[in-house]
Amino acid sequence: MSAVVADTPRTDAVRSGRVLYVASVVLLCAWVIVPLYFLLVNTLSSPEAVTSFPKSFIPAFNLGSLEFFMNFQGMLAALKNSVLVATLTMILSILIGAPAGYALSRFDFAGKELFRLLVLLTRAFPLPLLALPIAVMFINVGLDDTVFGLALVHTTLAVPFAVLITFSLFSGIPTELEEAAWTLGCTRLTAFTKVVLPLILPGITASAIFAFVISWNEVFAAAVLTIENRTLTAFLLQSLAESPLYLKFAGGFILVVPALIFIFAVRKYLFAMWGIANR
Amino acid sequence: MHARMLPYLLILPVTLFLCVFFLYPFVLVSQQAFTTGGGFTLDNFREVIGYWKFPISLSNTLLLAAIVVPVQLALSLLMATMVSRMEKGRDLILYIWTIPLGISDLAAGIIWLAIFEQSGFLNSMLYGVGAIETPINFLSYQNPAIVFLAIALAEIWRATAIMLVILVAGIGLIPKEYYEAAEVFGASPWQRFRRITLPLLRPSLQTALILRVILAFEVFAVVAALGGTLFPVLMGETYAYQFDLLNSGAAAAMALIILALSIASTLVILRVLRIPKGARI
Repeated sequence: MSAVVADTPRTDAVRSGRVLYVASVVLLCAWVIVPLYFLLVNTLSSPEAVTSFPKSFIPAFNLGSLEFFMNFQGMLAALKNSVLVATLTMILSILIGAPAGYALSRFDFAGKELFRLLVLLTRAFPLPLLALPIAVMFINVGLDDTVFGLALVHTTLAVPFAVLITFSLFSGIPTELEEAAWTLGCTRLTAFTKVVLPLILPGITASAIFAFVISWNEVFAAAVLTIENRTLTAFLLQSLAESPLYLKFAGGFILVVPALIFIFAVRKYLFAMWGIANR
Repeated sequence: MHARMLPYLLILPVTLFLCVFFLYPFVLVSQQAFTTGGGFTLDNFREVIGYWKFPISLSNTLLLAAIVVPVQLALSLLMATMVSRMEKGRDLILYIWTIPLGISDLAAGIIWLAIFEQSGFLNSMLYGVGAIETPINFLSYQNPAIVFLAIALAEIWRATAIMLVILVAGIGLIPKEYYEAAEVFGASPWQRFRRITLPLLRPSLQTALILRVILAFEVFAVVAALGGTLFPVLMGETYAYQFDLLNSGAAAAMALIILALSIASTLVILRVLRIPKGARI
């Protein structure tokens, strides 16, 4: 009898704790998703509906805003530039970063700590600010207002991550595998291409995608370094003051979509990447 | 001989790259900030600091960081501990919570503009429940508090995910045995959080805070999308010096001021959250 009395409040507490827990998880999910949903509603409404009041909370599936966005002077070119810059950044940062990640994971060499410090140091700096002197630098060498020039600056943002991420990926592959390949007649290079590379390719892809997103989202350096060949972010930023609302929302939507896909594609690696980047 | 040179050959590209695009521009920007035409001078700094907008943009930036970062820290700690004891649906919840990680600050500003603008969803909701008769222009100079709130919410919405990822990764590194032992000795969930999670999470907290605070000082596009000129911040002023006023010396001086703030706060965080020797996992 007394045991039952003692038991009920405790299970009640557990149950209400459980309810509270689930409710907060749901609430936090809604906190992330609802604003995105609102953007979706706006994007899929006609330009008139976007500026009308009160607003419908259900998308009308009208493509007027998106059509207007696509036909807006210079927008498609900006979209193309964004893709180009981000792709170049992706390729550059992996080509430059991955060898260093491999070196950090496989060799002990004098100056290793100094090199790590240099890479880590970049994270303590507001890097986009360096676009200001680089703008002057680029004018002198003729790289101003080019897709390639901007990609170089974005690579500076992405390459420290590429080094740290590939370092953690290579560290996860036992040296013994490579050594076994050497004894079976592989050279250092063929052991790398035949044994290590296949194992590491998914991880490399994830960090490449990460570099793409860094470049795709970057606003300040893009706005400073491009005038004619603006990227989508720079274009949207510079037309914020005068462009109509539906243009902003459609532009914001186009910015968000690849990000959603990319985060989904790299979700498995996200935590492993950051776990190592911590140390 | 060849094998000994190999690591240096492998790190050469990054080192060269960072020298050209990180260290050298840093030297250039300092040079530009301390010269006007000829010789060493502090004129650029005097001009920038003497400008009437400087105190406002400085205090706006600092205030925003002071409000946003602690909220994000609390929120990401809460989310990370919630996820760590989740069994079902962990991957899905983590994906949803990390979505904003991939979203640019400009897009985040535009997303919150959809809520706060005059014909936006907040006004529509208030109208729907009968709280207002006509839509209110929230993002105007008459409502500085709401402009601030909108910017703060957009920042919290966008950049909590980066801290969450770092903290979830950090919690994953803490050995489960510690929690099991604490449970055996009857520690409550709160005690386990205070005595195990928080102390052992210090390295991750350090990284997360440094990264976040630096990004908070760089706040720019969110403000541009939501507040326009209503809410001047340091980075926005830097941009204005470069483009509207075509004064790159002053822009460089602003850049160095932001840099100094970032370095100072990094040092403070490193000092406050320093990890005692031998206390690493």
